[in-house]
Amino acid sequence: MQPIADPIVTFRRVQKTYDGENLIVKDLNLDIARGEFLTLLGPSGSGKTTCLMMLAGFETPTGGEIRLDGQRIDTVPPHKRGIGMVFQNYALFPHMTVGENLRFPLAVRKLPAAEIDAKVKRALAMVQLQDFAGRYPQQLSGGQQQRIALARALVFEPKLVLMDEPLGALDKQLREHMQLEIKHIHQSLGVTFVFVTHDQSEALTMSDRIAVFDKGVIQQIDRPDALYDAPANAFVASFIGENNALDGRIEQDDGDSCGVRLADGSFLKAANGGVGRSGEAAMLSIRPERVRIVADADGANRLPAQVEELIYLGDHLRIRLRVAGSTTFTVKTPVSRLDRSPGAGQLVHVEIAPEHIRALAPMPA
Amino acid sequence: MSTDTLPLDAAPTESVVGLKQRLRRAERRRKLLYGALILPLALFLVIAFIWPIAALLKRSVDNPEVHGALPQTLAVLKHWSGDELPPAEAYAALAGELAAIRGTPELGAAAKRLNRETPGYRSLIMKTARKMPLAEGVDAQGALMTIDSRWSDVDIWLAIKRTGAPYTAFYMLSALDLTIDADGSLSATPPEESIYLDILGRTFWMSLIVAACCLLLGFPVAYLMANLPQDKSNSLMIFVLLPFWTSVLVRVAAWIVLLQNDGLVNQALMALGLTDSPLQLVFNRLGVYIAMVHILLPFMVLPLYSVMKGISPVYMRAAMSLGCPPFKSFWKVYFPQTLPGIGAGTLLVFIICMGYYITPALLGSPKEQMVSYFIAFYTNQTINWGMAAALSAVLLAATLVLYVFYARRLGASQAPAGR
Repeated sequence: MQPIADPIVTFRRVQKTYDGENLIVKDLNLDIARGEFLTLLGPSGSGKTTCLMMLAGFETPTGGEIRLDGQRIDTVPPHKRGIGMVFQNYALFPHMTVGENLRFPLAVRKLPAAEIDAKVKRALAMVQLQDFAGRYPQQLSGGQQQRIALARALVFEPKLVLMDEPLGALDKQLREHMQLEIKHIHQSLGVTFVFVTHDQSEALTMSDRIAVFDKGVIQQIDRPDALYDAPANAFVASFIGENNALDGRIEQDDGDSCGVRLADGSFLKAANGGVGRSGEAAMLSIRPERVRIVADADGANRLPAQVEELIYLGDHLRIRLRVAGSTTFTVKTPVSRLDRSPGAGQLVHVEIAPEHIRALAPMPA
Repeated sequence: MSTDTLPLDAAPTESVVGLKQRLRRAERRRKLLYGALILPLALFLVIAFIWPIAALLKRSVDNPEVHGALPQTLAVLKHWSGDELPPAEAYAALAGELAAIRGTPELGAAAKRLNRETPGYRSLIMKTARKMPLAEGVDAQGALMTIDSRWSDVDIWLAIKRTGAPYTAFYMLSALDLTIDADGSLSATPPEESIYLDILGRTFWMSLIVAACCLLLGFPVAYLMANLPQDKSNSLMIFVLLPFWTSVLVRVAAWIVLLQNDGLVNQALMALGLTDSPLQLVFNRLGVYIAMVHILLPFMVLPLYSVMKGISPVYMRAAMSLGCPPFKSFWKVYFPQTLPGIGAGTLLVFIICMGYYITPALLGSPKEQMVSYFIAFYTNQTINWGMAAALSAVLLAATLVLYVFYARRLGASQAPAGR
């Protein structure tokens, strides 16, 4: 992990266990940069939400330390941390109007009334719900409630805002709209956002950096494009985006690149994603859109393939192939790039440039 | 939007009407089915609940005794002004009617009713009736005045006229410690005779205290149950419901055993040296409160629990994340959301208390008896149905007023939630 100068949050050797036997979070070290949009991404039970809750103060770390602005906060109660938070089901107070919900954190801080009014007004304008101050949360749509929850977490101007899967309850279209809206609000405010989700496309859309969690460990933390193009291990490769996995064994090791012999005997040159030396097992990760379908075997890094199924998706075509023993090898190709779509059962070849094949250590079983 | 099922362009109005009819017909069958499903219960309620209540309420204004016994006398008195003695026909009619019902229970009932209006009337009627029938051709007016000089008193005749109406407000007014004077104006019953307002006030006050105690004791339990893991809250629930499984009578008897002067509680207090002589814990208001709170606690805990169960713990977290200290978060965010449960529980306990009879009767002194004790007293001991019905009506009205007030308040506070 590259060091970050003057991080707003640092986790150092943080551990968390609920039952004293299994660690939900194992030895977590994480620096969060000032003003960045960091997403904690992972399947359920991977420890991402526990990390967020430890940061918010609703869970106590079993070991290690968490610092906010250089101050240790793992013993500070949640209401003294000054961290904004957006909850999964919004948690807007049902007995208060939207306006009262927004006034709440300001009134608790005993700000003068005029200042409170001005801040509430500004927060409502930020989420474009100026006329809704008198409504009750139940009278708003899911998207509007979501915006009010965001406005409430931001109205007292925290330096850090946490979001726990805030878009999970929205339908797909609204979710995509809100993703962009939250991203724009982040860009205009310059506040640090930490966002938890299990939806990788949401993470790719919104984040400056993504920390991929699995089994209580950060598997990789990087920019979205780096995560996608250069996954550090087999878990990240399969969790982020679509991935074709081919198993093989390293045959030559040239540092940045390597040669891999597949199970069916064919040989591919690949980029070295941190695998071991010759003779060790490797998983080749190939993105579906990086595969080119060609007619013959004349060229480097070509494999014979048989077309199993064609799925027409309007702008692109998904082709499922049988390649090197795998029957789920998928190719994604724009319709405009195919002169003539192959028929099912047809024998073709696939060509993948070596820089688009990453040889990774296989996932532990 | 399918035009093939609806020939709109051919005869639009007719086809729409036809469609509406078909819809109504289809709906009718469903409504009949629903009606059939609730019919048995509805019939049961009408026969066993609504009709008896209506009949009882009618009793509180019913006034059949004099009206039924002396119809002709009342017909003559109808046109009488009441300024001087009634005409001779009134005397004749009264003498004839007294002769006719002499010796029947009807006479006794009428005499008793008149006595309630004017003390001494019962003996007057009985004395007069014994001398009936008058001999043929005797002047009734003279004869009656001879039998008792009171028959020459205008007020005595006015009493017959007043009590002769088929309906009366007498019982209802008595239940509110009011009377109608001889001149027809409303006035308060003299203080030595007025008891019902006191009793009504006592009933309200004791119900209020019991409801408040139940709330104070039940709220923490309900909160704990709502926030414990399911298995633990279930076992706690059994303890809350345990009192439900024994009869009220048994529990009241148990309290007597525990609280009496040489009972367990007093023995324990004296053994610990907390008190030298036994404390009076039962057959006074304290005993009634202890037993009633114990009996009614589940009625408070259950509504509170069901409301609290529905309040997500995330609200408290949200409040704390916004900078609110834990206790203030509870007070500002959690507590207001429990108000519907507090309202429902308090109202339930309060209304049940208002009608409580057995616990105060067994555990209290005469000073703890509530309205229902007097209702039972009038129905079982003096057989004064009018008074019993009037007190019941007052109790029912008070309960209904409370309920409407509660429904209004709750309706207003829940309106935004009604989506």
